[in-house]
Amino acid sequence: MIEIRWHARGGQGAVTASKILASSAIRERKYAQSAPDYGAERAGAPLRSFNRVSEEPITLHCMVLRPNIVVVVDPTLLKTVPIFEGTDENAVIVVNTDKTPSELREYLGVKGRKIYTVNASAIAMEELKKPLMNIPMLGAISKVIDALVSIESVEEDIKVTFGKKISQELLDANLRALERAYKEVKGE
Amino acid sequence: MAVRLMTERKVVPYTGNMATAEALRQINPDVVAAYPITPQTEIMHFFANYVANGLVDTEFMTVESEHSALSAAVGAAAAGARAMTATAGPGLALMWEILGVASGMRLPIVIPVVNRALSAPINIHCDHSDMMGARDQGCIMLFSENAEEQYDNVIQAVRIAEDERVRLPVIIGMDGFIISHSIENVSLLTDDEVKKFVGKQTLTHSLLDIDNPVTHGPIAMADSYMEFKRQQREAMMNAYKVIREAGEEFAELKGKKYEHIETYKTEDAEYILIVMGSAAGTAKYTVDGLREKGEKVGLIKVRTFRPFPYYDVVDVIDASNVKAIGVMDRAETFGGYSGPLFEEVCTSLYTRGKIYPITGIVYGLGGRDCNLNHIEEAFDVVKRKAAGMDVPPVTYLNLRV
Repeated sequence: MIEIRWHARGGQGAVTASKILASSAIRERKYAQSAPDYGAERAGAPLRSFNRVSEEPITLHCMVLRPNIVVVVDPTLLKTVPIFEGTDENAVIVVNTDKTPSELREYLGVKGRKIYTVNASAIAMEELKKPLMNIPMLGAISKVIDALVSIESVEEDIKVTFGKKISQELLDANLRALERAYKEVKGE
Repeated sequence: MAVRLMTERKVVPYTGNMATAEALRQINPDVVAAYPITPQTEIMHFFANYVANGLVDTEFMTVESEHSALSAAVGAAAAGARAMTATAGPGLALMWEILGVASGMRLPIVIPVVNRALSAPINIHCDHSDMMGARDQGCIMLFSENAEEQYDNVIQAVRIAEDERVRLPVIIGMDGFIISHSIENVSLLTDDEVKKFVGKQTLTHSLLDIDNPVTHGPIAMADSYMEFKRQQREAMMNAYKVIREAGEEFAELKGKKYEHIETYKTEDAEYILIVMGSAAGTAKYTVDGLREKGEKVGLIKVRTFRPFPYYDVVDVIDASNVKAIGVMDRAETFGGYSGPLFEEVCTSLYTRGKIYPITGIVYGLGGRDCNLNHIEEAFDVVKRKAAGMDVPPVTYLNLRV
């Protein structure tokens, strides 16, 4: 079982991304959960969302305590919330930042763990013209963790989730953002 | 005629609210009355979409309060309609008066509830205070562990409520946010399968049957009131059997068996926890972990809270090697010895002459997380009780100190 914790701010689409991730995994006949940690919902407030993905049925119904993957959607959260809480040396950290993985490691002063970075803010502004970093972050994590979900399933789910709600132009922009982050994510 | 959407069985990524709305669509009730309250509102958002798109034949009534929502369902059900509503927490509290009207008039209204804490302080998150507050209003009560169980239970509830041996409202609870707003795998039946399973309601004393005029809900003075109540008690006892029958028939259809209780590794268990709702899933995982360490622990999940399956619970405890029992309540009974589930289990044991060390555990009020560590703590309390150590009547789990 892979457990994921998302750190974002209200309005950045992290809850939607977490739902798309679970849906994509279930599409691939895996078992998955997406559970947002609902608090006082307001734009800009730090929030968390959780995912579990497994080959076996999942009976757990509680917050993720020891995440295998931590996704940081908003770089301003790096030093304001405990992003490493519950992680061990093998954890994978995927961060939206303009820093390289080694620069970020130095900035955070952290040893061990695999660190991946992608400039999701830049991708979002260029492709979507809005700071919606959720879809690029999905692209990044589907690249980083092979066993999680394939990018094709994620694409399929984005089409289902957004298909009727947004224009073809915007849908294409989202798919480009997903694809770019998938290609541009770097790790060490 | 409602449009058929689900022509083959599917496993879908659904939240508890989506699963409930899908069940409502497939049941295609005659009347649904709706009033919004978090975290239930979504159910009616989804269902209103089905109505707007012509996928159901339902008369959808948006009313001005939960009191009115259930009142509208009472009127519709008395006329002979298959009527439903849904609510959560304080909404169920506001329905309280009419819950007794619905059960006293023997109206088979199906009410999915998203379990939410009661005010004050205001809290939108999960606990079972809402349904426990409505405990004695004569409704059948089922608790679901996850989204798929809520879907399955809502479908079975129609059959249970409308059975002529029963004819009582059924409340089906799922944990607010934890289940209602979390996506997981849900296996759906086809529209035709659900339609066939719920069947058509046999009209009984319909208000609209002008050839055989009847009065519903009149006054009953001291000379007849008790006979009505006695009949309700009998209907509730009959429900014990009917719920089991519906569960068996559902198992033939879907392959998943629903009983009054579910047991998990209790056969040789020395320490047993009894729990309802989503925490049962977390507890199963914890039991597996502790078993790997050689600890003889087990779990009883109570699905039917009303009528309470006292024989089932005691039979399972009696067949185990239990040294002590912990009963986990997600609701308070201020001034009582422990929570409402605790009291039911104690009564069940005592009346069968079975006395075991037993302790009350209160957890998860207002959405407080109940994770693996907390379930382990609960087992630790039970072990202390078994060892004859001093344990308070109620232990609060995950309490800030």
